[in-house]
Amino acid sequence: MPNEPEPIRHFRLNGRNCAVPAADHTLLVETLRETLGHVGTKQGCDGGECGACTVLIDGVARLACLTRTGECEGHEIETIEGLAAGGRMSRLQRAFHERLGTQCGYCTPGMIMAAESLLRRDPHPTETAIREALSGNLCRCTGYVKIVEAVLEAAGAG
Amino acid sequence: MNRFAYASPATVTEAAAATGLVAEAMVTFDESAVLKAGGIDLLDLLKLELLTPSVVVNLRAIKGLDAITQDAAGNVAIGAMATLSQVAEHPLVRGSYPALATAIAGAAGPQLRNVATLGGNLLQRPHCWYLRSPAHHCLRKGGGHCFAIHGENQYHAIFDNHACAIVHPSTAATALVALNAEVELHDAEGATRRLPLEDFFVGPDDDIQRENALRPREVLTAIHLRKPASGTRMAHLRQGEKAGFDWPLADVAVVLAIGPDGVCREASVVLGAAAPVPHRARAAEQALQGRHPGEAAAGDAARAALRGATPLSLNAYKLALFETLVRRAILAALA
Ligand SMILES: Cc1cc2nc3c(=O)[nH]c(=O)nc-3n(C[C@H](O)[C@H](O)[C@H](O)COP(=O)(O)OP(=O)(O)OC[C@H]3O[C@@H](n4cnc5c(N)ncnc54)[C@H](O)[C@@H]3O)c2cc1C
Ligand code: SF4
Ligand code: FES
Ligand code: FES
Repeated sequence: MPNEPEPIRHFRLNGRNCAVPAADHTLLVETLRETLGHVGTKQGCDGGECGACTVLIDGVARLACLTRTGECEGHEIETIEGLAAGGRMSRLQRAFHERLGTQCGYCTPGMIMAAESLLRRDPHPTETAIREALSGNLCRCTGYVKIVEAVLEAAGAG
Repeated sequence: MNRFAYASPATVTEAAAATGLVAEAMVTFDESAVLKAGGIDLLDLLKLELLTPSVVVNLRAIKGLDAITQDAAGNVAIGAMATLSQVAEHPLVRGSYPALATAIAGAAGPQLRNVATLGGNLLQRPHCWYLRSPAHHCLRKGGGHCFAIHGENQYHAIFDNHACAIVHPSTAATALVALNAEVELHDAEGATRRLPLEDFFVGPDDDIQRENALRPREVLTAIHLRKPASGTRMAHLRQGEKAGFDWPLADVAVVLAIGPDGVCREASVVLGAAAPVPHRARAAEQALQGRHPGEAAAGDAARAALRGATPLSLNAYKLALFETLVRRAILAALA
C-alpha cells in the first residue's frame, strides 16, 4: 500500500486545532518533528528509556516515541513549544534557566514537560514526589540536583 | 517499521474475531495481526521488525476492560486494560494488595506506567538482548543456538536456564503469582476460561518459543485476586542497577498468612528476574510454614530460596542479591 494517501489526523496542539497527514504506523514524535517542524520534542532513544520525547496528552505525561499519531485523534497535545506564552518563559522554564537545570539542553524539554504534569497535579510537591515524577527522564549533564532544585523553585519552595 | 492497518473493534469477541480472520489470512498470505493494549512492548517489537503484522487491533476501543472492581465477598478483579498507574494508585489495590502496588510502582517509568496496561505487562515478550536483536536467530526465535548461555548473560536467569535463560520480564507477575492470582481469558466463540497465573506461564522445557498459554484468537480480560485472609502480611522488594527507574536485577514478593498464635500458616515466596517464569521458591515457603517467623526463619528461608540455583558465567552476583532481598522482604512483610 505504498501509494495510499495518508489519512488526516485532527487534534489540538498547544491550544490550536491541527490537521496533519499521518499513516497508521506513524509515531507522534515523527509527526511533531518532521511533519510539523516542532523540534522541541526530542527523539533520544526511540524506545521508552530516556524520556526526552515526553509530551502531555490530555494533561498526562506520555512518550511521543511510543505513541502513534493516529491515537491522538480528538485529543489535546502539549509540547515544550506551548509553554512560553507570548514569547515569555513559563515559571518552570525560567526556574530551569536560572537554577542551571539545563546544560546541553537535550533532556530539558522532556524534563520540563514531566515536571509540568506533576505541578498541575500537585502544585507543591515534595522532593521525593519530584524525583519520582522525573524518574523516567535521563540527563547526561546536570547530575539531576539542579533539575530538582529548579522544580522546587518553580513550585515556590526553592 | 512495516506498514500495518489499524482496527478498533467494540467488543472483546469482535477483537478476537478480527485477529482470527487475519490469522486465517496468514495461512494464505503469510501475514499476521496482533492485539495492541498500551502498545509499549508492541511498538518496540514492530520497530525491531520482530513482528510484522498486517493488522494491529486496538483493545483500547473496547469499553469496560479497564475496570477495577470488588465483589460482595471482597475479591478484586482488575481489568486487563487498566494501566499500571491506575492499578498502583487504586485504593482497593493499595489497601488489600500493597505488594502488588509496590511492585507496579517500581516497574518502568511514570510516562510508561500511564500507558502500559496490566494485561500487556503480563504478556510482553522477554528482554533478552539476543532475542531483541534482529542479528541473532536464537532458539526462542526458532534458531539452533542460545547466545546467552555462553555470552553476555549478566541479566539472565539463575534457575531453569539450561535451554533458554530468559528472565520473565513482568515485575507485576512476581507479586501476582505470590498472591495466587488467576487470569480470565475470552475467545472469539465467546467461551471463557480461568486459570492460575502461575499455570498460564510457559517455561522453555514445555515450549521454548512462547512464554504463556494464550491461544490464538484469545484475549486476556481480567486478573482476579482473592480477598486476603485475615492476618495476611506481604511485601515486594526490588533491586536495580540505579536508584531511578530501571529493570530489576532481582525482585522478590512475599505473602504470609499468620495465625492468631503468630504461627505462619501459609507462605508464598516468589522471585522475579530469576527464571523464565516467576520462580516460586518452595523450599523457602516450607522453611516459613509452621514457624513463628522472625530473623532466624527469614535467614533460613533466604538460604533455602537459592538452593538449586545454576548461575551462568556472569550472573552469580544475583545469588547474594536474592538471598538478601528474600530475607528483607520477609522481615518487611512482618514489620
Ligand atoms: C524502558 C523500559 C523499562 C521497563 N521496565 C519495566 C520493569 O521494570 N518492569 C516491568 O514489568 N516492565 C517494564 N517495562 C515493560 C513495560 O511495562 C511493558 O512493555 C508494558 O507493560 C506492556 O504493556 P502494554 O499495555 O503497553 O502492552 P502491549 O505492548 O500493547 O502488548 C504486549 C503484548 O501483549 C499482547 N496483549 C496485550 N494485552 C492483551 C490482552 N488483553 N489480551 C491478549 N493479548 C494482549 C499484545 O498483542 C502484545 O503482544 C519497561 C519498558 C520499557 C520501555
Ligand atoms: S536466553 Fe533465550 S531468548 Fe536469549 S538468546 Fe538464549 S534462547 Fe534466545
Ligand atoms: S525518545 Fe522516547 S523515551 Fe527516549
Ligand atoms: S542537560 Fe544535557 S542531557 Fe540533561
